[in-house]
Amino acid sequence: MSVVSSGMAWKISHLQALEAESIHIIREVAAEFQRPVMLYSIGKDSSVMVRLAQKAFYPGPIPFPLLHVDTTYKFKEMIEFRDTFAASLGVNLIVHSNTAALEAGANPFRLGTERCCGLLKTQSLLDALRAGNYDAAFGGARRDEEKSRAKERIFSFRDRLGQWDPKNQRPELWNIFNSRVEPGESIRVFPLSNWTELDVWQYIHVENIPIPSLYFAKERKVLVRGNSLVMPEQEFVRPQPGDKFEDVMCRMRSLGCSPCTGAIRSEADSVPKIIAELVTVRNSERENRVIDHDREGSMELKKREGYF
Amino acid sequence: MSLPVIAQNGVPQNGIANDTVHFNIEEFLATEQSKDLLRLTTAGSVDDGKSTLIGRMLHDARGAYEDQLKSASRGGQIDFALLTDGLRAEREQGITIDVAYRYFATPKRKFILADTPGHEQYTRNMATGASTAELAIILCDASRGLTTQSRRHAYIAALLGIPKFVIAVNKMDLVDYNQDVFNEICAEFAPFLQNASARDPYFLPLSALKGDNVVDRSSKMPWFTGPSLLEYLESVDTRTHSLEAPFRMAVQGVLRPDQTFRGYTGQIASGVIRPGDEVLALPSGRRTRVRRIVTFDGDLEVAFAPLSVTLALEDEIDIGRGDIIAAGEPPQSARTFDSTMVWFDSKPLDTARHYLVKHASHVVPAHVEAVRHRLNILSLDSEPAASLSMNEIGVVRIATSRDLFIDRYADNRLTGSFILIDRETNATAAAGMILSRARNAAENAADRVARLIRSFVPAGALLNLPAEDSAAVEELRRRLQGVWDE
Ligand SMILES: Nc1nc2c(ncn2[C@@H]2O[C@H](COP(=O)(O)OP(=O)(O)O)[C@@H](O)[C@H]2O)c(=O)[nH]1
Repeated sequence: MSVVSSGMAWKISHLQALEAESIHIIREVAAEFQRPVMLYSIGKDSSVMVRLAQKAFYPGPIPFPLLHVDTTYKFKEMIEFRDTFAASLGVNLIVHSNTAALEAGANPFRLGTERCCGLLKTQSLLDALRAGNYDAAFGGARRDEEKSRAKERIFSFRDRLGQWDPKNQRPELWNIFNSRVEPGESIRVFPLSNWTELDVWQYIHVENIPIPSLYFAKERKVLVRGNSLVMPEQEFVRPQPGDKFEDVMCRMRSLGCSPCTGAIRSEADSVPKIIAELVTVRNSERENRVIDHDREGSMELKKREGYF
Repeated sequence: MSLPVIAQNGVPQNGIANDTVHFNIEEFLATEQSKDLLRLTTAGSVDDGKSTLIGRMLHDARGAYEDQLKSASRGGQIDFALLTDGLRAEREQGITIDVAYRYFATPKRKFILADTPGHEQYTRNMATGASTAELAIILCDASRGLTTQSRRHAYIAALLGIPKFVIAVNKMDLVDYNQDVFNEICAEFAPFLQNASARDPYFLPLSALKGDNVVDRSSKMPWFTGPSLLEYLESVDTRTHSLEAPFRMAVQGVLRPDQTFRGYTGQIASGVIRPGDEVLALPSGRRTRVRRIVTFDGDLEVAFAPLSVTLALEDEIDIGRGDIIAAGEPPQSARTFDSTMVWFDSKPLDTARHYLVKHASHVVPAHVEAVRHRLNILSLDSEPAASLSMNEIGVVRIATSRDLFIDRYADNRLTGSFILIDRETNATAAAGMILSRARNAAENAADRVARLIRSFVPAGALLNLPAEDSAAVEELRRRLQGVWDE
């Protein structure tokens, strides 16, 4: 993005303002913590966060590793994208899986989603953070995602057990962050706190940031279950009575584990079309469907209990 | 064996093809790109109508937004309550929530609203929300007149140096849209605001409930001709002050990817900078010029607050994290300074306790030398005090173990502010806004004159100053006069 000056007034766009704020946050963390790490989930927000980290230290390299907590149930395309992406940036990518739980046969069908996420995401993340002795971990969460997130700090303190106490947060003023932690304590840092979903997509568009092709609509062979479209990548996702395979124009709105993430019907095969979809579908599809909304909320909540 | 929950993100059966006919994405993206960002905060007592106003604003702004998108509304109703429910629900459950951030946009601007509830902990909450705000909306209730709470809110917001104020006189429908009621409140409030150094307040009569002067100008108050709240928010200029202030950048880090490059990273706190400009590095006091302004997107010809950049300088000088790169009138060097302080921690201020001051990117050991006075939050008078407790505001003298390079908060919000960290608990104990360097500071008058001459007069300029350049001479004399007067 280039700076524009109109007449005597120096103007920057909202995206430039957000970018400047995020870069400032990322640089503070790199300077004030011993062992920072950036959680990398392969999704669009992660892609944006990594680009901001590149910008923060250009012409130098990103001075901390990326950490992917791999449940091993991600889409193949995601893993391919992750490896190509990391290689192209020359960044140090750490992949961590809860191998003990996987060897014991953890999958969402056997355990239910909640326990499965608990073991393969939350537990795995906490293990990985402990193993790496990380005192700061960047996450790509945004305040506009959910109401309870709206009050979380940019530097969010975690005690020795990795827990968040929403009632006892450090006040955060101006752009001054308190980085002090004792050994074993840590800070989760959210450089995208003030970005909205639309900001993220616009930034991807303006900056030409690579994202996995699963976000883009194309004809895919899916299991149609009512309104849900399931891509059966894992062999334990078995067709059930009433299921049928169909070729459907569809895409993923968010990227998770293949057994638990449904696709949506969509024609949006480019970033501008996704933005158009986001903007025009917003009212009717997000807010008016209480069940979807609730379910989305609870999914988020579950994810956040430990994951963020 | 339980079935995993599948996220059901349905999309209308007919897809979006129909909508895209009406929706020009290129046009949309271009408009979006040109929007700037305004950060604002709201303050009001319980029942002044803050939730109603925010709800109305989010709703109506959003409505305008969707119109502009020419998107098919699909007859979908927008859930009004959804927009502010979070805060209300929590308030009703008695959960202490401090600041909630909300995001909305109009065709002209994007807004980040720091919403702080008006209950007991308002001082701390308001300070937090106000610290990044460029504009504050202070609500009052026309039917109740000007209350102590409204004064208090305005006072705290002014203390936090918010550049612009809207005094929203709400519930005008309850007083029959009577001009006299509005004028009385203005007449009573204006001198108070001026004393509190609230710059440029915009008094606005409105009814959040009926929508008068919120988005559209009200037909019920023909006696008022100013812009509506949203019109004002969309057009107000809040950045002039930080752009006109002298250049300041706190160094966050040094980038040395190879032998050939050395750059200093930071977010510009104030002012404008170009390659070739002379800068002063502090604490070294060395002067040099900006060689390049480096960014991932290419070198810049000009950069200004609040951009995050990397500066490469002409000369190799020793600069590290915590240093300040400045131009124009330099910041003051100080180890003791007076500061307004908002106390956050449940442990009260203790002059015997060890703290850390984090100022810009510099962290130094410090203690509170003395509490000068405390603000009585009810009467807004100063009263003697030996300490400050949670949610109290006072004026204190801070002593640091190393030199800081400070500005007055009134001149520069980023190089004039700091946080106080408790060394034992690591809690953010307080926030400080610098008033002035202590009078008995180390630098004597002669040193100060010399430093000022060095900073205002480029090296060698005095030697070949043309006699007829009376403007420059006059400027020099004016500046020096300022020093002598001090
Ligand atoms: N008549 C009238 N009532 C209002 C107006 N704005 C808010 N109210 C009412 O005042 C009460 C308190 O409003 P609310 O928005 O909850 O106040 P808050 O506590 O400041 O968030 C509610 O009953 C509102 O309906 C207004 O402009 N006119």
